[in-house]
Amino acid sequence: MTSNWFVNMAYFVVAVVFILGLKAMASPVSARRGIVWAGFAMVGATVVTFFTPGLHNVGLMVLAIVLGGGVAWYSGKIVKMTDMPQMVAIYNGMGGGAAAGIAAIELVRGVPHDGVTSTLLALGAIIGAVAFSGSCVAFAKLQGLMTKAIRLRAQNNVNFFLTLATFGVGLTVAYADAPGGFEIFLFFALALALGVVLVMPIGGADMPVVISLLNAFTGLAVGFKGFVIGNPALIVAGIVVGASGMLLTQLMAKAMNRPIRNIIFTPLTGAAAEGG
Amino acid sequence: MDGFTALYIFMLAAFTGYEVISRVPVILHTPLMSGSNFVHGVVLIGAMVALGHADPEDPVQLAIGFVAVFLGAANAAGGYIVTERMLGMFKAGGRKQGGAQ
Repeated sequence: MTSNWFVNMAYFVVAVVFILGLKAMASPVSARRGIVWAGFAMVGATVVTFFTPGLHNVGLMVLAIVLGGGVAWYSGKIVKMTDMPQMVAIYNGMGGGAAAGIAAIELVRGVPHDGVTSTLLALGAIIGAVAFSGSCVAFAKLQGLMTKAIRLRAQNNVNFFLTLATFGVGLTVAYADAPGGFEIFLFFALALALGVVLVMPIGGADMPVVISLLNAFTGLAVGFKGFVIGNPALIVAGIVVGASGMLLTQLMAKAMNRPIRNIIFTPLTGAAAEGG
Repeated sequence: MDGFTALYIFMLAAFTGYEVISRVPVILHTPLMSGSNFVHGVVLIGAMVALGHADPEDPVQLAIGFVAVFLGAANAAGGYIVTERMLGMFKAGGRKQGGAQ
């Protein structure tokens, strides 16, 4: 019990420091200080989590942290300054993937949840998976691995029906008492495909705005996962990033003199114009 | 957690996020995006808890959990180093070159 109180108190402090860090990052004078504070908070949060009561698989956990952290740290260190935006995209996608992974574990374990939690579980899984695959496409485009904006025929309808199918399967799986392995697999396959299909038609010049939007999405997904696993630090950090990310996306679109709707839906109106 | 408490936390956090960056200069847009990307790397602790509660006998759960922790750690570490480099460059550029660049 004592250790639980200690862990929760530490998470509270971490959440406060994250908000202060973001606040500091919003001003040129204190921006550098902001990221360093947030960095200490993150290390603190990670260390403290090991003291959560009843934790298994600690060895595997340490291995995953060392590998994931090491690979990302090294790649972030050596990358050229001009290639930064795609690195932000890929790290963001990884966060989304982690959020989707948490949802996948919850589904495979088949822990019963109440209605609201099940809905948030499905939503977080969809948003996280979309952010993951969407960010991978954004990375591929900026890295020059994928040079053409690929537009499907009837992109509009594909987007619509894929979204519908993803949400349908997702909610069915989340509300099921013991979802089968195939349904869970199908759900994540659909959600990942949705991310690819949504980002694929968007041109490279608009990518920073799209990455910012996906970043906000990941924030929301993380916040929803916070509700599902009952961790307020995740809720606060996730939702704060979700809200500030949405605002930031609008500001970036405005700075480019392009309404956000045009960026995300231009391919659709373009396709419609061709058709009509 | 009580549903309404969660709803209130959600609402307050959303306003906080909005307020925190409402007056940000254009030059900080990209670093701030990167910074908030780092902050949602806190998903790492969620992934750790999920892996920690996974059934040690079930390889599927362990594999998903391992991937989730790996991705979460990469999000946090990569987000930090990229943001730190961006902000570091911008400060050094302003000071040393005296606006020459």
